[in-house]
Amino acid sequence: MTILNGELRSADLGEARPQRGPITRFVIANRRALSSLLVFLVLLAAFILASPQVFLNPGMYVAIFRTLPVSIILATSLVFVIASGEIDLSFGSVVGITAWAFSVVLGWGINPFIAVLAAVLMGAFVGFINGIIVTRLGLSSLVSTLGMSFLLRGFINVATQGEGFPLTYLRDTPFYNAFIGQIGGIPAHALWALGFIVVGILLFNYHRFGTHICCVGDNLESAREMGINSAKIKTMAFIYVGIASAISAILFSLTNQIVYPTTGDGLLLPTLAAVFVGGTPGWGGVGSIAGAAIGACTVGIIESGIVATGFSHLFKEFFYGLILILALTAHKVSDPRRQG
Amino acid sequence: MEDHFIELRNISKSYGKVSALNRVDFHIKYEPEIVSLIGDNGAGKSTLIKIISGVHSPDVGDIFIRGIKVDHWSVTRAREAGIETVYQDRALVLQQTIARNIFMGREKTSKLGFVKSKLQFTEAERLMRTIGFTSKVFAADSVVARLSGGERQGVAIARALYFKADLMILDEPTTALSLTESEKVFDFIRRAKENGTSCIFISHNIYHAYDVAERFVVLDRGKVVLETDKEHTTAEKLVKDLQEIAHNDRTRSTAEDTSEGGENDAPE
Repeated sequence: MTILNGELRSADLGEARPQRGPITRFVIANRRALSSLLVFLVLLAAFILASPQVFLNPGMYVAIFRTLPVSIILATSLVFVIASGEIDLSFGSVVGITAWAFSVVLGWGINPFIAVLAAVLMGAFVGFINGIIVTRLGLSSLVSTLGMSFLLRGFINVATQGEGFPLTYLRDTPFYNAFIGQIGGIPAHALWALGFIVVGILLFNYHRFGTHICCVGDNLESAREMGINSAKIKTMAFIYVGIASAISAILFSLTNQIVYPTTGDGLLLPTLAAVFVGGTPGWGGVGSIAGAAIGACTVGIIESGIVATGFSHLFKEFFYGLILILALTAHKVSDPRRQG
Repeated sequence: MEDHFIELRNISKSYGKVSALNRVDFHIKYEPEIVSLIGDNGAGKSTLIKIISGVHSPDVGDIFIRGIKVDHWSVTRAREAGIETVYQDRALVLQQTIARNIFMGREKTSKLGFVKSKLQFTEAERLMRTIGFTSKVFAADSVVARLSGGERQGVAIARALYFKADLMILDEPTTALSLTESEKVFDFIRRAKENGTSCIFISHNIYHAYDVAERFVVLDRGKVVLETDKEHTTAEKLVKDLQEIAHNDRTRSTAEDTSEGGENDAPE
């Protein structure tokens, strides 16, 4: 018998064939991020050619980057849910409810770091509820998270009575600096975004969690037959989006120095566009964290680019749509169903 | 019994009033062998392999593993005993790599849960070579969607072989496959046997079954009606035997009360 403790001994398995070259492997493994990067560079080149005085000015990128970390954090976390074969349309309202939780705890005069913890717990809780509704009750994530979005937004409106909570008193405190100040000369919110990219890549590309996310999203029945707990995996993905929404809420609120009842409104479509432009298809099983981050950058420069190149801001949605369709067409070429 | 890896004695199984298996005896030897289960629709083949793989429990009868009687037989217990089932849908994830499919749900990871991709790739490649599953076009990091039907079956077989497979069960592994592709699958099965894994497979094609199997168990209306091996039969004789069984069935059905006609239409 060649079976030893249930597994074949390596010595019994003959010689291994050498793996493909490192460049080929890199291109194959990152084709989605690379095609997303190509879309970004083409768009950037077009904007630079059309309006060099704006797009060659570093100040322009500083302005764009102020809002970019929130988009990057949300888009990279959404990849987990979408690759698992589900969708989360509630994250904008989760940003709102976690910002509200943050403001409530601050209002009690408690340490702001504790308030952040409360926001994160609130985000994780809503993610957990989303996961339970989808995996245990068997409701469609498209409809149930849309419902959750309305539910949370309604709750925020009632709870705040439309009143905002100013955060100006936190300015220049160590807490403020830890989130949107400077750390070693680098904007702290950039480090948060970078942190989410790195953690996202590690979890999605190299960890068992990411592997199971892809297997579950690829073929739910097969994954179950092979012993993967799909309900647990999907619920964890929703919780991850909830936590990312909470951190986004803190960054967003501190940047605006106020917690608005409308915090998180308007994030849904640009963030989803960033995920799809970044090469994560809607059918599940595959995705790209780096691609989603690049997609967020692409969506981020569209608005400025449109205005700078002489179009009215009314064209914004039109170009969002156009670039989304063009990007998806570009990704079609790197569809793994056709490529090795 | 001592030389049997698994033995089923006097197994009966009913679904409501429908009897799917009736006092069936079956065994697989320690010495690796390829056994083909043959029979018409509703003969009880799928019920029998579902009992062996632990999906169903028998109503009556005993199961012995390596000579020891087992109770509370289940999928988990079957896997622990070294019995792997290659499902009809093959349980593959098409957009993932061959290596990821082979290790799906049982990844090789570090203590922190990070997947040892290089190790998985190397072992998947070696395993593919072992069962003769090689190509210049694809490697263990190729996406399964690019493979043909037979090659996909090969991935499922490689997976079963890697994990605890003293006995591999294949439910109609060549359904919807071309002749060449089926031959490829049979090669994988032969190579698996050479590597110490016995195999039970269901096939409707007697010539396919005869080509690859050494022992043939024919089921009819929930009973074992013929058990023979390659030394004692030919493909043509096997076909003739089956025709005779079918003819007897028809004669019996005509003679019997029509109310008893659906007795063996068991869910498979």
